[in-house]
Amino acid sequence: MKALGIILAGGQSDERLKDLCNVRAVSAMPVGGSYRAIDFSLSNMANSNIKKVAVITQYNSRSLHDHLSSAKWWDLGRKQGGLFIFTPFLSKENSYWFRGTADSIYQNISFLTKSNEPYVVIASGDAIYKMDYNDIINYHIEKDADVTIMCKDMANTDKDVHDFGVMELDSDNRMIDFEEKPVEPQSTIASLGIYVMKRTLLIKLLETVVSEARYDLVKDIIIRYRKKLKIYGYMYDGYWNTLNNINAYINVNMDFLKKDIRNMFLTDGAHIETKPKDEPPAKYNSGADAKDALVGSGSIVNGHVYHSVLFRKVYTGENSSVKNSVIMEGSIIGNNCTIEHAIIDKQVVVSDNKEIIGTPEKPVIISKGTVI
Amino acid sequence: MRKKEMLAMLLAGGQGSRLGVLTSKNAKPAVTFGGKYKIIDFPMSNCVNSGVDTVGVLTQYQPLSLNQHIGIGIPWDLDRKNGGVTILAPHVKGGEQGDWYSGTANAIYQNIGYIDANDPEYVIILSGDHIYKMDYSKMLDFHKKNKCDVTIAVLEVSLEEASRFGIMNADENDKIYEFEEKPEHPKSNLASMGIYIFTWDELRKALIEDSGVHRDSDFGKHIIPAMLGRGKSLYAYRFKDYWKDVGTIESYWAANMELIKALPEFNLYEDFWKIYTNSEHQPPLYTSADASVTRSLISEGCEIYGTVENSVISTGVVIEEGAVVKGSIIMADCVIKKGAVIDRCIIDEHTIIGENVKMGTGENVPNEAKPKIYNTGITVIGSDSEIPDNVEIGKNCVVFGKSTADMYKSGKLESGQTIDIGGIDI
Repeated sequence: MKALGIILAGGQSDERLKDLCNVRAVSAMPVGGSYRAIDFSLSNMANSNIKKVAVITQYNSRSLHDHLSSAKWWDLGRKQGGLFIFTPFLSKENSYWFRGTADSIYQNISFLTKSNEPYVVIASGDAIYKMDYNDIINYHIEKDADVTIMCKDMANTDKDVHDFGVMELDSDNRMIDFEEKPVEPQSTIASLGIYVMKRTLLIKLLETVVSEARYDLVKDIIIRYRKKLKIYGYMYDGYWNTLNNINAYINVNMDFLKKDIRNMFLTDGAHIETKPKDEPPAKYNSGADAKDALVGSGSIVNGHVYHSVLFRKVYTGENSSVKNSVIMEGSIIGNNCTIEHAIIDKQVVVSDNKEIIGTPEKPVIISKGTVI
Repeated sequence: MRKKEMLAMLLAGGQGSRLGVLTSKNAKPAVTFGGKYKIIDFPMSNCVNSGVDTVGVLTQYQPLSLNQHIGIGIPWDLDRKNGGVTILAPHVKGGEQGDWYSGTANAIYQNIGYIDANDPEYVIILSGDHIYKMDYSKMLDFHKKNKCDVTIAVLEVSLEEASRFGIMNADENDKIYEFEEKPEHPKSNLASMGIYIFTWDELRKALIEDSGVHRDSDFGKHIIPAMLGRGKSLYAYRFKDYWKDVGTIESYWAANMELIKALPEFNLYEDFWKIYTNSEHQPPLYTSADASVTRSLISEGCEIYGTVENSVISTGVVIEEGAVVKGSIIMADCVIKKGAVIDRCIIDEHTIIGENVKMGTGENVPNEAKPKIYNTGITVIGSDSEIPDNVEIGKNCVVFGKSTADMYKSGKLESGQTIDIGGIDI
């Protein structure tokens, strides 16, 4: 079924992720050794045969722009459709930043009005999952819904339902109620922030709410219209994660050390694409000892690496030891260093004989470009 | 079309027959090198890094893998509206029968139309056979500064080696007065690297003239001597960096192994002269809790569960638990099954090595069928081949195709023997 895609990548990070997101939008967070968070939604769109995709960004979008500078890696460099990147802009009538998620789409409403695809899939740029959106679109059609929200039962997961929009569904999965980050959740079903609706309905809703000075997709459309519209929940039970705090960030990366998760995302069937960087193969010198480790291309390993994710072009010195850590692109670990339970952001230089040791509960975070 | 200052013609039609089974299904420029690269990536990347954005690639021998590799040139940023990469295959010309490319200069002669359409001032002739990084724009500056008709890139070799090369005899300003092809008693040590910059008008004239004289028109044998004879201005451009012709199994193996050194002579880890290749996007590589990897290059998409030492591993290779790979080159998408031990072997793409196979054992006996190609102890397995479980393979062996246990007498292929199921003369 023909659909448009909108990826909301404008979100500022949760306070808890701030040390890593001072320099980038959450959607641009490096994940899994050579990806960025947005690669997942973007690849899902491309793999679901959605050929016209808008990425809406606002907060700290430079690294995101850099990453999306060419659309061809996702097969979205096209004459028909392709990738659109929308940032806030000034005009005679309007000098606002995006005042909310609904406003960010409304300010680019010509993307919707100048299309003829019957459906729109709205996704967020910071979730890590793999799915064929045709499944939720078909479900949406089958239920004759106005809005379909992808949701997941968070009971028996490491996710805290208090952090999400919580949905109450009836036996037919029609939504009865929705509460954003509730104090007392009435169910364990969380909205994953992925919505399907008819393009014409979305245009109508956006025009109505923005004219009333309401700007938020969840608060002013989903919650406010929860009784008026026929909103359905689409239960998703595959792998899903979001980068809403430091532990989630570490867990997502460590998940890539598991073969089944790697295969699911990267080799089986449709897989996740990213911008290539053309680094040479990774090099293991004589003292190298990498166990249970993901190593990006262009890296040079001299020391011990255990249960860790090294992104591209990471250098580890002789007799150094990296354990339970995430080391981002271009960072250099000197000789005789010990790194444990740490997140080392990009282009960090750790000089010889340093120790950076965190705990599983409280990993140490070293910000981009730091020299220690 | 905008005028191009310099256009590159890349000769990629050669077989490279001394690489044996490695070039049975693809031309030498399409042979894997340094883990993730193909040999042609080096001159292609040199072109874009030097600002040459119009490249004609001349193919002839087994062009399929080369065509697939190059595509429309995306990995090298050569997918351009103006210029870009063009594959130039031999073709039938109006009314007559077509001609194969019968010599290096003849191949260019047959594509004069392509060059004219781009209207360049200069043409650089490259070959797709060598590993090196070179800034062709500096060579062009030299060409312009000396008002040359031809500039020939040369390497200073030892006098003993010189008789294997085309040798330039030049004056103190490096102006060439004589050219000798593989001289018995070389007078100089300036060896031609097969890289020429011509002022296009001059080359065009020379090609047309020579086409009437030699059917197999060749740069070294015919064009260069003819231009010298006519008093044209030819200069030698000295190149002092790494340059390798990986023309034999031994030199191919050694050049790969050289990359493993902590500080190799040829540095791939340089930010401002990247080598680009068409590696379909691959995930990062994974080494398991039981893996041991030292002194090796491992490419993206590999999954290592066994032991790897002193080896170069291409993209997407799986090395299972208990397998040991030493001193070997394993090309893309091979699977080395549990318990296999591989010592000093070259295994071409998409090959499966069965469980507990032992390779590279026994005496160093030259290959019986091709002693000149396989004689340094290295066993070579062709692409898309299979080795059944539990067999043993000696040194200087060649296996090509999906072999089965019954082809191994008492479970063994003695040193120097060949199994060729492909029926291709390897």
